[in-house]
Amino acid sequence: MTSPAAPLRSLPTISAARRRKDKAARSIVAVLTGLALVPLALVLFYLFQQGLGAWSVDFFTTDPTGRSCFPGQTSCDIGGVRSAIVGTVEIIALASAFAIPLGIAVAVYLVEYGKKTKFANTVRYFVDVMTGVPSIVFGLFVYIVLVVAGIGGSWGAWKGSVALALLMLPIVVRSSEVVLNLVPDQLRESALALGSPRWKVITSVVLPTARSGLITGSLLAVARAAGETAPLLFTAFGAAELTFGLSGQMNSLPLQIFNDVRAPQDAIVQRAWGAALLLVLMILALNLIARLAQRRSKIS
Amino acid sequence: MSTPDTTLGGARPSLELGRALRSRIDGPVRQVLTAVAALILVLIAYFLLRLYLEARPVFANYGALNFVTDNAWVPSKDSFGAWPLIAGTLITSVIALIIGVPVAVASALYITELAPARIRGVLTTLIELLAAVPSVVYGLWGVFFLIPKIRPAEQWFSDTFAFLPFIGGGTVAGPNYFIAGLILAIMIIPIISSISREVLDTVPREHKEAALALGATRWEMIRMAVLPYSRAGISGAAMLGLGRALGETIAVTLVIGNAPRIGESIFSQGYTLAAVIANEFGEAASDPVHRAALIAAGLVLFMLTLIVNFIARWFVTRSEKRLSAAAAASHAPVQTAGAKA
Repeated sequence: MTSPAAPLRSLPTISAARRRKDKAARSIVAVLTGLALVPLALVLFYLFQQGLGAWSVDFFTTDPTGRSCFPGQTSCDIGGVRSAIVGTVEIIALASAFAIPLGIAVAVYLVEYGKKTKFANTVRYFVDVMTGVPSIVFGLFVYIVLVVAGIGGSWGAWKGSVALALLMLPIVVRSSEVVLNLVPDQLRESALALGSPRWKVITSVVLPTARSGLITGSLLAVARAAGETAPLLFTAFGAAELTFGLSGQMNSLPLQIFNDVRAPQDAIVQRAWGAALLLVLMILALNLIARLAQRRSKIS
Repeated sequence: MSTPDTTLGGARPSLELGRALRSRIDGPVRQVLTAVAALILVLIAYFLLRLYLEARPVFANYGALNFVTDNAWVPSKDSFGAWPLIAGTLITSVIALIIGVPVAVASALYITELAPARIRGVLTTLIELLAAVPSVVYGLWGVFFLIPKIRPAEQWFSDTFAFLPFIGGGTVAGPNYFIAGLILAIMIIPIISSISREVLDTVPREHKEAALALGATRWEMIRMAVLPYSRAGISGAAMLGLGRALGETIAVTLVIGNAPRIGESIFSQGYTLAAVIANEFGEAASDPVHRAALIAAGLVLFMLTLIVNFIARWFVTRSEKRLSAAAAASHAPVQTAGAKA
């Protein structure tokens, strides 16, 4: 029954005991793998079961400003999550505007100029260190530097974006570096041999070749940041009303869920499930787009 | 793309033009990019410095050692002993590793060595989907599904194995260390699994084929050829998972119970460093001492993750070095074998 090539089967060398052990070990590994997928199935099942029930037109078009809903009350307007959706999109867009160009610039430096120099290796090392920093510590840092110091008022959505950008930066750098390293050196060399200067090689040969890979890495970083709550807690702080200005407090989906989970009323918890379903679907969509971009890649 | 010069003489001036441009723009481009890279170093240095400066009032009042060893975290009495928080962080993370590492490594082994080729991609995607679910959603699910559903099982386990230390401790609390550890395990499985997969993929094919050719079963091949080769890399993956578990905030905050004391068993309520920061920051904003204590807690958390990540990198680089050495050693015979065939 052992699957390695057919000739082996004719050799009577594998005893029954060894065969049993092989089978047992392989089943355990398969069962443990299945076990890893159980929580995924349960989480998704409950998300859809509970979350879809919360969705309605009002859910998307009203803000969570309504009064609380008491038991026995048949109709209550706790409101939807419009301001949270707008807030998440704005905060994430600004964070991406900070982190993606900066991250790609650092990666270009590491691959095209820094290479194996001591300075470049130090930068690489500290980018790795940044990957390991807990997201709440980034929130604390931005709180100290921007909120306590009162730069542009106290709480502000753009400060939340800065915290998320710090979180995204190392992810963008590392993924972009991998992609830029995949660009064949022959392409660079032929461009240089034609007499183009280094910056021109980067802008018209290296970056276009690596484009879809860079997009994939950036989108995965965006997806990662979109679900983060901790860095926003004491930076963007949250506000129930619909706000557009990034300089004031702003609501976001993760914050709305975090606040709703701890509410005693069922209707509010229901809203948390609806918001969670929406957030997960947004993140899955970003992941899907990232994968599609990867598939179109010229280099693999 | 660019039209090539047809004559040799024509090529020269364009080369010189390139050189001129190179000297005028290349320098600044290089400098700007270097500055951006240096910015990261400056940022991290500034980061540590500011955290330390803000936390200093607490260290000055209580002493850094007292802060991490003292047992009483009572903000209303201005008593800030972070030991229950540190203990809670370590307990939940260790539980997460005990549950998560076997599952993650098994999934990596199954995907790389055992699974039929056509389901490999699907399995990989599904495991990576676990990482796409945000922390706050795991917390929501933990509160409304996991806690009520597995509480009877926990109670049964606690009663049956009451003679074991840290297991039997009377009634099981709803939110507790174990639930937090379980959720953390789910959250670190994808990262440990994906790094382990990368490590397992580097095991040379020849080693595996040699084991099979000598009559080893699949499992014997895994045990004798695959695991010894990748042990350091898998340890590194587990350490990176530990680093992730230590700093995870929101899901843990929702399911740990937020009681600033060390529970008597793994089924008691507790607190972690990250959770205390998330919970108490609102009230601490007006109280400078409390705020400093929370920032100090953040600094301790940062240091813990730094140390763990440092060890993880050491493991991973060690395995990488050994891999490249092994590759260099095994390359020559393989090539001659290929040449003969």
